[in-house]
Amino acid sequence: MMNIVVIGNGMVGYKFCEKLVAKSTSKAFNITVIGEEPRPAYDRVHLSAYFSGTTVEELTMAPASWYAENGINLLTGELAISIDRTAKTVTTQHGRILSYDKLILVTGSGAFVPPIKGVEKDGVFVYRTIEDLEAIISYSKKAKKAAVIGGGLLGLEAAKAVLDLGLEAHVVEFAPRLMPRQLDEAGSTILQNKLESLGIGIHLTKNTASIEGENCISGMIFTDGTFLEVDMVVISAGIKPRDELAIKSGLATGTRGGIVVNDSLQTSDADIFAIGECALHGQMIYGLVAPGYEMADVVVSQLTGNNKTFTAYDMSTKLKLIGVDVASFGDPFCTSTKHRTIVLEDKVKGVYKRINISEDGKRLLGGILVGEAESYNMLLQTAKNNILLPPNPEDMILGARGGSEGAQGSGVMSLPDEALICSCENVSKGALCSAITEGELSDIKDIKKCTKAGTGCGGCIPMLNDLLTETMKAQGKVVRKVLCEHFTYTRQELFDIIKISGIRTYDNLIEEYGKGHGCEVCKPAVASMMASIWNEMILKQATIQDTNDQYLANIQRGGTYSVVPRIPGGEITAEKLIVIGQVAQKYGLYCKITGGQRIDLFGARVDQLPDIWEELIDAGFESGHAYGKSLRTVKSCVGSTWCRFGVQDSVTFAIEVEERYKGLRAPHKLKSAVSGCVRECAEAQSKDFGIIATEKGWNLYVCGNGGAKPQHAQLLASDIDKETCIKYIDRFLMFYIKTAEPLTRTATWLNKLEGGIDYLKQVVVHDSLGMGEQLEKEMEFLVETYQCEWREVVNNPQLRQRFKHFINSDEADPQIQFREERGQKVPVGWSR
Amino acid sequence: MESHVITNTQPATHWFKAAPVEAFSVNGGACVQYKGMQIAVYHFKATNEWYASQNMCPHKMQMVLSRGLIGDTCGEPKVACPLHKRSFSLVTGQNLNGEEYAIQVYPVKVEEGFVYINVGPAEGH
Repeated sequence: MMNIVVIGNGMVGYKFCEKLVAKSTSKAFNITVIGEEPRPAYDRVHLSAYFSGTTVEELTMAPASWYAENGINLLTGELAISIDRTAKTVTTQHGRILSYDKLILVTGSGAFVPPIKGVEKDGVFVYRTIEDLEAIISYSKKAKKAAVIGGGLLGLEAAKAVLDLGLEAHVVEFAPRLMPRQLDEAGSTILQNKLESLGIGIHLTKNTASIEGENCISGMIFTDGTFLEVDMVVISAGIKPRDELAIKSGLATGTRGGIVVNDSLQTSDADIFAIGECALHGQMIYGLVAPGYEMADVVVSQLTGNNKTFTAYDMSTKLKLIGVDVASFGDPFCTSTKHRTIVLEDKVKGVYKRINISEDGKRLLGGILVGEAESYNMLLQTAKNNILLPPNPEDMILGARGGSEGAQGSGVMSLPDEALICSCENVSKGALCSAITEGELSDIKDIKKCTKAGTGCGGCIPMLNDLLTETMKAQGKVVRKVLCEHFTYTRQELFDIIKISGIRTYDNLIEEYGKGHGCEVCKPAVASMMASIWNEMILKQATIQDTNDQYLANIQRGGTYSVVPRIPGGEITAEKLIVIGQVAQKYGLYCKITGGQRIDLFGARVDQLPDIWEELIDAGFESGHAYGKSLRTVKSCVGSTWCRFGVQDSVTFAIEVEERYKGLRAPHKLKSAVSGCVRECAEAQSKDFGIIATEKGWNLYVCGNGGAKPQHAQLLASDIDKETCIKYIDRFLMFYIKTAEPLTRTATWLNKLEGGIDYLKQVVVHDSLGMGEQLEKEMEFLVETYQCEWREVVNNPQLRQRFKHFINSDEADPQIQFREERGQKVPVGWSR
Repeated sequence: MESHVITNTQPATHWFKAAPVEAFSVNGGACVQYKGMQIAVYHFKATNEWYASQNMCPHKMQMVLSRGLIGDTCGEPKVACPLHKRSFSLVTGQNLNGEEYAIQVYPVKVEEGFVYINVGPAEGH
């Protein structure tokens, strides 16, 4: 058994233990960890969260019990004071002597405290450990104004912490800009404006000469003679590698600090490794957690016989500073590389984006993002993987303009498998995808647990989400798109099965092609498909219909239903309006004009529905199918008949279209409109299919919708005559009905359709699949077999029998209650 | 939440003769009235199983469960409320979406063409 002694129990020290435990199969190692802090390793990256109430436990990487469970001897509050390299032992301040075969120095760094006069005064703090924070918190109770020395990454974190404590915050930076290692002048200015608007004072090009005050601090004097009044100072001016022990033991160290290591991360003594912020590799101290983790991995690999080495590490970083996104990646400045720069600067919104592109315009070298860093992960991946840039690289920072949604998602999938997604834990896209697939992971929590990705800085979580969605989607071709647990077919497959097999009932279908009793997902989906294929009266199979279809009405609060008679094109005679009014009056129904140019009558009890419809049908009305996943309305403007701007008769066309497709059942509801001129008063471009008159004919738009995610319809064909328009709509609708997933509106369907609107044009207009005629024939069948469902119910005593609340009593539901509002009845609200 | 479940802690003893089998919908739910109570009765034809529950959906306290779609999840018979598709086990009454609401279920039997529901203690208790 090999004795491993680890000196230092910070994040990297912990990570080293975790990785070693995971890699060592049998009990090959006997691990001892010496940590000077009184508690096990904690997450220093998110230290400022401690100010906003995150507890020590939440920040802890792993509890003491974790070490015990893994057979690691953890010594907290113990300081290693000397190393005897000949005897291979470590001595602690308690006199404990530990012998090692391999020694790992993970001593980290301390805060660099510049030699400023008065720095030893009470009220001057560093920002490094939980103890530092506790001291800051307790002192802040008697302070009002605090200055943070250092405008780098950590300094700004500290400023936020000070702000969170309710103090006036100032940042003092020696360089002429904030975050000088990450940002250029313009980026820094944008960040400065943002921070100043939050009330943080920013003082650049300021060299602190002294910290003034007798018993307590009164202010700071700068070398330019100016004075800043503060009563507390937090120093966050950089890090100083903790190399005292190494120096004392005669190991080689750098002139400006840091334990010198080679590519195997061995110090000048081959049995002693150094990793993390104390290690000096290639003249670089890596002050970020990600390269530290990578170093831990390298040493674990060395110890377990795989000789991985450490190479220069990418210092890209993204963080949210006081609500402002800041990121820099690759080579952000390109001071010594020939390059071209694309810059987006929006001082109003406080956004600055810069990307550096190789001279030939083909590769991304690096960049800076301030104010908005959503594209960081994609940009970083593009730069790191040397991915060929698109012809318009500016799109990467300007965002997709009018492009399809989900571009980000497909972007992740276009990355190579070796692309590093989580740089903290060094997890590649390939590893993540196989973990998702093989481990059947379905949420971020599982991914974190299985792969550790996303457990470091958390910056990759949006990408993990995209990867998860996209990978599952890709799997879904086999797994996820199946209808439900009762049918292992996609909707499209089942559609063909129903059509080819000629099966007309759900019971037969589940018996032959499914299993179990079905559910609320597959029953309505099958009902919809059968209606789209056979067009039989849906109440023949009432118990598989979705809620509203079961009673051919829309169920509302209180369990009553609403009634919507069809008013094609929104055109209605006074006589018919009177009938609607009379029926509403007789049955005491609440009336409302709908958005689809018709009238909705609310508050009908289930037992009243057939009587109400009998009267409406007698007056010449038909079902409006407001309850169905089917064609709802075809809205129209008054068009050339009345309107002085109209160029075509939109009302007549709207009525023709509505009469043609009424009752057509589809995967989801369908809405349409016809406008008489370009002014578009019927809002046709927000419909599943919309028609707009032109001087020469009609323009046909498809796949728009309103609702939660409004989307404009896209032009399918222009200046076509009515017959062509109907032909295209026939083809479009049938193609949608055959191929869409359940409950998918046309807009969503198009977004998922490979090739998008161009492909749809090929299919519908150019008949690229050669199925145009068949689609038209299928639609013709549905048009010819249309029957008004309510007419059938009204004339069929057996069907009418269904419409009662109790089967053992003719009573109505006694629970239904109404109250009055603005002269009409409304249901008594539900309790929550 | 507890108050929305119509609980019945007394020993169930009374079989209420609800209606003839033909009155119920096949592979669906139907509502029967018994002394001011509304009881939803569900019939699974394929296995000839009968279940009964309160008609009120505890989510929004509406008398609608008998109009819900019935089915199963992993073999466990269930009903999905027609309003917001909350699913309930017809065996245990538990909500299957992981929420707190549950429903009361009642034993059902069929004898000589009639459906009986065990609604609780006999009259007078």
